[in-house]
Amino acid sequence: MATLLEMRDITKEFPGVKALDRVNLKVEEGEIHALVGENGAGKSTLMKVLSGVYPHGSYSGDILYDGEVQSFRGIRDSESRGIIIIHQELALIPLLSVAENIFMGNERAKRGIIDWRRTEMRAADLLARVGLKESPKATVADLGLGKQQLVEIAKALSKDVRLLILDEPTSSLNEQDSDKLLALLAELRKQGVTSILISHKLNEIRQVADTITVLRDGGAVARLDCEGGISEDDIIRDMVGRSLNDRYPERDPQIREEVAMEVSGWTVHHPVQTDRVVVRDVSFHVRHGEVVGIAGLMGAGRTELAMSLFGRSWGRDITGTAKINGHVADLSTVRSAINAGLAYATEDRKTYGLVLDDTIRRNVPLAKLDAVADGVVVNGAREAEVAERYRGRLNIKSSSIEQETVNLSGGNQQKVVLSKWLFADPDVLILDEPTRGIDVGAKFEIYTVIRDLAASGKAIIVISSEMPELLGITDRLYVMNEGRFVGEMPTAEASQEKIMARIIKSGDRVK
Amino acid sequence: MSQIVDETADRPAGEQARASWRFLKGHLREYGILFALIAIMAFFQVATGGILLKPVNLTNLVLQNSYIVIMAVGMLLVIVAGHIDLSVGSVLGFIGALAAVMIVNWDVPYPIAAIVCLAAGAVIGMAQGFWIAYFRIPSFIVTLAGMLVFKGLTLWLLAGQSVGPFPPQFQLISSGFLPDLFAMDGFNLMSFLIGLAVAVGLTLLALRNRAAQAKTGAPEEPFAFFAGKTAIVFIGITWMSWLMADFRGLPNVFIVMALLIAIYSFVTSRTTTGRRIYAIGGNEKAAMLSGINAKRLTFLTFANMGMLAALAGLVFAARLNTATPKAGATFELDVIAAVFIGGASMAGGVGTVVGAVIGAFIMGVMNNGMSILGIGIDYQQVIKGLVLLAAVIFDVMNKKKG
Repeated sequence: MATLLEMRDITKEFPGVKALDRVNLKVEEGEIHALVGENGAGKSTLMKVLSGVYPHGSYSGDILYDGEVQSFRGIRDSESRGIIIIHQELALIPLLSVAENIFMGNERAKRGIIDWRRTEMRAADLLARVGLKESPKATVADLGLGKQQLVEIAKALSKDVRLLILDEPTSSLNEQDSDKLLALLAELRKQGVTSILISHKLNEIRQVADTITVLRDGGAVARLDCEGGISEDDIIRDMVGRSLNDRYPERDPQIREEVAMEVSGWTVHHPVQTDRVVVRDVSFHVRHGEVVGIAGLMGAGRTELAMSLFGRSWGRDITGTAKINGHVADLSTVRSAINAGLAYATEDRKTYGLVLDDTIRRNVPLAKLDAVADGVVVNGAREAEVAERYRGRLNIKSSSIEQETVNLSGGNQQKVVLSKWLFADPDVLILDEPTRGIDVGAKFEIYTVIRDLAASGKAIIVISSEMPELLGITDRLYVMNEGRFVGEMPTAEASQEKIMARIIKSGDRVK
Repeated sequence: MSQIVDETADRPAGEQARASWRFLKGHLREYGILFALIAIMAFFQVATGGILLKPVNLTNLVLQNSYIVIMAVGMLLVIVAGHIDLSVGSVLGFIGALAAVMIVNWDVPYPIAAIVCLAAGAVIGMAQGFWIAYFRIPSFIVTLAGMLVFKGLTLWLLAGQSVGPFPPQFQLISSGFLPDLFAMDGFNLMSFLIGLAVAVGLTLLALRNRAAQAKTGAPEEPFAFFAGKTAIVFIGITWMSWLMADFRGLPNVFIVMALLIAIYSFVTSRTTTGRRIYAIGGNEKAAMLSGINAKRLTFLTFANMGMLAALAGLVFAARLNTATPKAGATFELDVIAAVFIGGASMAGGVGTVVGAVIGAFIMGVMNNGMSILGIGIDYQQVIKGLVLLAAVIFDVMNKKKG
């Protein structure tokens, strides 16, 4: 077999972070190559480099494709060479037909006038090739996710794809659709289409992949050949095997007897697809002074759980009870949840956490504005004093409290979000991915804040996709997968392998 | 008063000037609009050979723009909250018609009619705000529908006729002037003293604020800049009130306008409610996740807009002394233009009441000045359009640079 793609020493830096560090990736013609790694290991970044989303010159290293060095300046360049990427969030236009979607931007037309007959005939051919029995005239929105995924692949085939990249294609599919999709990949392999498959589902990877590249912390740490058979444990070890030195502050947990928050039988349905259960019968508790982690992969339902607890900000048909300090808590609106002593710091600080055009001074007191006001009149001096206090306490690096938060670095933005919730003075604080996308130094500072909060008797729930982080800062862990809590363990007895095993086994059990 | 407010005042003059210039460059967005108004006024003052600032013309300028200013104050809140209200012109016309029908045709006492009209305006605002806030129907569409509906209802209410005239007391809303207790001949001392008192009051307030800032941290504005700005405001207000006192004094509607500007400036900049409206416009999701009741505030913002449009409707009807089916047509565009010229952002979360008022007066001075110069209505429209575009381009470029 000839080598189709070779990425050599790819290094990509963002301000403050090295996302990829001399990564090598070699893909043979006509194989299915799996790319695995934890969230944040650099898989998506690597694929963005390959497809030209990060144009030539914004990274270092070489891309050899078909034996030639390539310098893609955009997706158009890579697509013209037959490299097609299908993202996790599908890029289909829901209200247009299947045929229109397949030829979007690539219309079968003569001098700008679309030839509908040719469009539909070609679309029907492509649909047959991917095994989708739908009319080319069907509206995409009426198809299930599995079928939409097939439409995406048909669209890729219409562009004469040679290298098909699929980013977590089965993450939102049921088992049947997943199997169909994997069978299609194997079928396309026979027709000479090479694939790169990014996935967390190791059983699927074992099923179809010929070669596996494992990424960890922005580096390619292993290249595994599947021919001789390979175990999931081997893959997991390579994925998580990293040393934990003192990246976490020392702490001496003082967990009190009193339970701060207790949730039982919490079930949440999807707000649009109302028959889909996103959080299923979840029960947990957290004590004063305790840091509890919720581990799981992206899409496990952790954020949905947290947001549904926090004033029913997500989902519908929510059932179950939540007690705070022993009393049933009214969590029906965000205001009442805050008053009940709950706070939720979002995973997406730019969309849900900050008013970006506003200053630090205006963001910090936002969740408890009445506390800096005399009646309805905001007391500017008190507001400034509060903002100044938290700027000092959390070491928010900024020119002054009058700096707009849009101009702060990710770590400092996160500290402003934390300040807002610290000022609201909750008993229970849910932190959703508190260190996502921030540098190591700021991470340590945030861990220190979490430790100090717990020491002062607050109950902390940390949701994180970074397992080392959970192992480093929590006292007890819950493992969540596909909407359910599938494991609970004291952090002292936990390991990344154990957590991964819980997740994967729970996935198998469903089948 | 001679006491030095803070240590930056001690610095040498050269450094003061440089610091002020740097500050001005950094805050062009906020102050540029005020300088634009001053520049435009200076231009027309010269071009019209001094007619622009003649007492009678100045008074006229205020009267002509009062209803736009009143609505701009409400529109500022709507736009800051991230919405738009296209119906205000039609609501203004409808309320004028309602007032005329009640007072002229049905002989309802005018104070009662005025109260009913204001309430009707608030209800209209609520009816629109209800769909926008609680059903998340885009405000552009809801108020576009409102614009058509109330235009139609105005025609229906007036049966296609003009209704008037109003009783003299009602006309006083727009044509009355503050009585002069000193009863001087040809000069309304009372009005001048009120203007002077306001100017002194604003200056004291500015000094107090700066002193408070100095206590909690270094004041942001360099001292020379602060002094210059305060002096301009002081002299400006004193001079304007002198000029108006020289004609017939402060118009009643001017008092109403000034009160509204003061109240709404305070609400937007100093109260929790105001702060929350800015937060909603800046990032509604983050605001809601901070426990802010975004729906109710949006609803109230539209109710408020409806009430102010009704007030503007009364002022406008009183000024024309008749209600016509065409009253208010395209006023919404002038109001929206004023708010955007005043530095508000289409995306919400940005803008000030004072900016919106200055924006309204920029449009007003240009209308007035170009009319005096005898420039045709055709060119006037073109020039006003270009000024709106230029103001917003300036704003966007400035923001990108920052």
